[in-house]
Amino acid sequence: MRNGTEPIILGAATLLAVLGAAFAQDELFRAHAWVLVAVLAATTIVLMRRVEFAPAGQTLPPKDTSGYMDDVIRFGAVATLFWGIVGFLVGVVIAAQLAWPWLNIEPWFNFGRLRPLHTSAVIFAFGGNALLCTSFYVVQRTCRARLFGGNLAWFVFWGYQLFIVMAATGYLLGVTQSKEYAEPEWYVDLWLTVVWVAYLIVYLGTIVRRKEPHIYVANWFYLSFIITVAMLHLVNNAAVPVSFLGVKSYSAFSGVQDALTQWWYGHNAVGFFLTAGFLGMMYYFVPKQANRPVYSYRLSIIHFWALIFLYIWAGPHHLHYTALPDWAQTLGMVFSIMLWMPSWGGMINGLMTLQGAWDKLRTDPVLRMMVMSLAFYGMSTFEGPMMSIKSVNSLSHYTDWTIGHVHSGALGWNGMVTFGALYYLVPKLWNRERLYSLQLVNWHLWLATLGIVIYAAVMWVAGITQGLMWREYDDQGFLVNSFVETVSAIHPEYVMRTVGGLLYLGGAFVMAYNIWRTIRGDVRQEKAMGGAAAVPAAAPAQ
Amino acid sequence: MSFLEKHGKIERNVSLLFVFSLVAVLIGGIVEIAPLFYVKNTIEKVEGMRPYTPLELAGRDIYIREGCYVCHSQMIRPFRDEVERYGHYSLAAESMYDHPFQWGSKRTGPDLARVGGRYSDEWHVQHMINPQSVVPESIMPSYAFLASADLAKSNIAAHLKANKMVGVPYTEAMIENALADLEAQANPDADTSGLEERYAKISIRDFDGNPAKVTEMDALVAYLQMLGTLVDLKAYQQNENLR
Repeated sequence: MRNGTEPIILGAATLLAVLGAAFAQDELFRAHAWVLVAVLAATTIVLMRRVEFAPAGQTLPPKDTSGYMDDVIRFGAVATLFWGIVGFLVGVVIAAQLAWPWLNIEPWFNFGRLRPLHTSAVIFAFGGNALLCTSFYVVQRTCRARLFGGNLAWFVFWGYQLFIVMAATGYLLGVTQSKEYAEPEWYVDLWLTVVWVAYLIVYLGTIVRRKEPHIYVANWFYLSFIITVAMLHLVNNAAVPVSFLGVKSYSAFSGVQDALTQWWYGHNAVGFFLTAGFLGMMYYFVPKQANRPVYSYRLSIIHFWALIFLYIWAGPHHLHYTALPDWAQTLGMVFSIMLWMPSWGGMINGLMTLQGAWDKLRTDPVLRMMVMSLAFYGMSTFEGPMMSIKSVNSLSHYTDWTIGHVHSGALGWNGMVTFGALYYLVPKLWNRERLYSLQLVNWHLWLATLGIVIYAAVMWVAGITQGLMWREYDDQGFLVNSFVETVSAIHPEYVMRTVGGLLYLGGAFVMAYNIWRTIRGDVRQEKAMGGAAAVPAAAPAQ
Repeated sequence: MSFLEKHGKIERNVSLLFVFSLVAVLIGGIVEIAPLFYVKNTIEKVEGMRPYTPLELAGRDIYIREGCYVCHSQMIRPFRDEVERYGHYSLAAESMYDHPFQWGSKRTGPDLARVGGRYSDEWHVQHMINPQSVVPESIMPSYAFLASADLAKSNIAAHLKANKMVGVPYTEAMIENALADLEAQANPDADTSGLEERYAKISIRDFDGNPAKVTEMDALVAYLQMLGTLVDLKAYQQNENLR
């Protein structure tokens, strides 16, 4: 018998979840436990169908485990695309809710519950799956070794999807600990910890059994991302649950200490999840797509250590002029400004990798996408240090300028580099000659770029407008605007922001179609980029 | 080049890479966060802070559940316009019993750090049921369901206990009487002498205009109405100017 253990374990877990629902201490835990029961029961049934029995007197032929383990990466690529569309879609919905509040449907689909769903879906579901699948791909190729731990990589993948589903359904039900980007409650946090440790074991184990003496730079970034996220997650989520069968927990820290712990976490979720990890991606896929070596080995060393050391200090810039002690605010500001340099070190190393291959930008829209992502990375890592200057922050904080800033980073840098990596990966993983259509990649690129530009520009306008209106005085020294006047003043920007989001989402649908056709094995007959002669579709066998 | 050769060792040894990376990312947090727990003037001394009453705590949990922090800050910065619009700038001491803090990061709606006592209970209830009926340009979602939802209160004592474990100074009497205190605060006819003894500066009334039951609306309004009302800011400002 093969694959027999997994359905038994999952069946037992389903039973435990039923018990959890039965003995729940509050209604939210009961509801959430039933969600878990549904997910686990469905998984158990799927796994039971996979159980194989050997005919009497024979044994099943052993599985081939000699090559790279790519099945899990194929699943990861599809999951990245799926969660990306979910995250962008929820983003468009909540953008529309801010423009037209009647779109809120209480209680489950109110803005307050949907926004964490959007941020988590984009950062952890879309970004997280992108990091999981590309790191598994990159570590195998650069170490020339199969993933360590056999089916452990599958556990990491499915365990992570379970984390996403539990976090997402929890938000809609109202299960949240209200720490931004760390909203899941204690039991979901514990589950993520288990999955994350397994991820670290798979990753480290694969590096340990590498056949290449040298650990490639992409792996430094991935490894530091895995280590740091573990540290941040454990500290920031320290909490005491009210009951082991209830959703609610109270943070171990309070007030000012809790605030700095949270933004130490929050800023480094950006610094390590969305930057270090994605730089790992960049260091593999940009040189591969450009077919050039990384520009500078020395620069990669310096900017790696500078980046991971400096990033950790930058958290207090989220708390300028608050009740956080001044010395901490100043430290945060100074390190944020210093962070500009290693950030641009990464951008320069990525862009200059194209040295001698710039002409490929005319013919290769995938490479164009990667370069666009580096450009947005450079833009937002300049904007970030600028906004961390206290006098700038006094205007920008609490406004939509911040929202615009994170979106130029998330949509521009994280989104585009992930799209580029997926466009590189999919034909390789499914053994296709090339993508279904490069023209569609180009459409995706420009839809996404236009979407981001609209989004960022109108958020600048909205943020600065509102910030200035808040502090506007008349010549007799009275405040000119009531708060709500500063809300209605930015309604047009909120409408335009929704349009920007729709364009970006449209681009993602174009990508989904392109990748679906590529996986099916179709090749579109089309004109090549850059005015060269048409590339014949699948040349007929002669 | 010797620097590159030395670094070459790290590039060939995953244990070294692991350890050096971990050290690099540990330092910043240790230097910035750890002192906040030890340096005495991190939280100024003020008069009047007390733990939340059971009803206020339940209201605060609803505030968190609904994600109010996503659009409302509770942190007034020391700027002229903010102090004029919202009141005295926020003090660290005012959130010393907040597990977790609710300072927020975005003002899609106004700051709420000192919203307590600014509007009537009726205004709050009407505003929750239909925000646009009192502020036509508002983009806030409606929270009408709170008015009909029974407040889950049976295990409120366990909530106080959990808070005590993380450092909020709830006394044994507060924990023992948690459920009775919660019900008494929403009922103007109850015997509230014990409750008033345990919690200073407390508002006792039927907050949602429906005396028949204690709803989630009762709890949320009770929480909103106490925000920023505890600390004696006049006494604080006098001390502040002694320099």
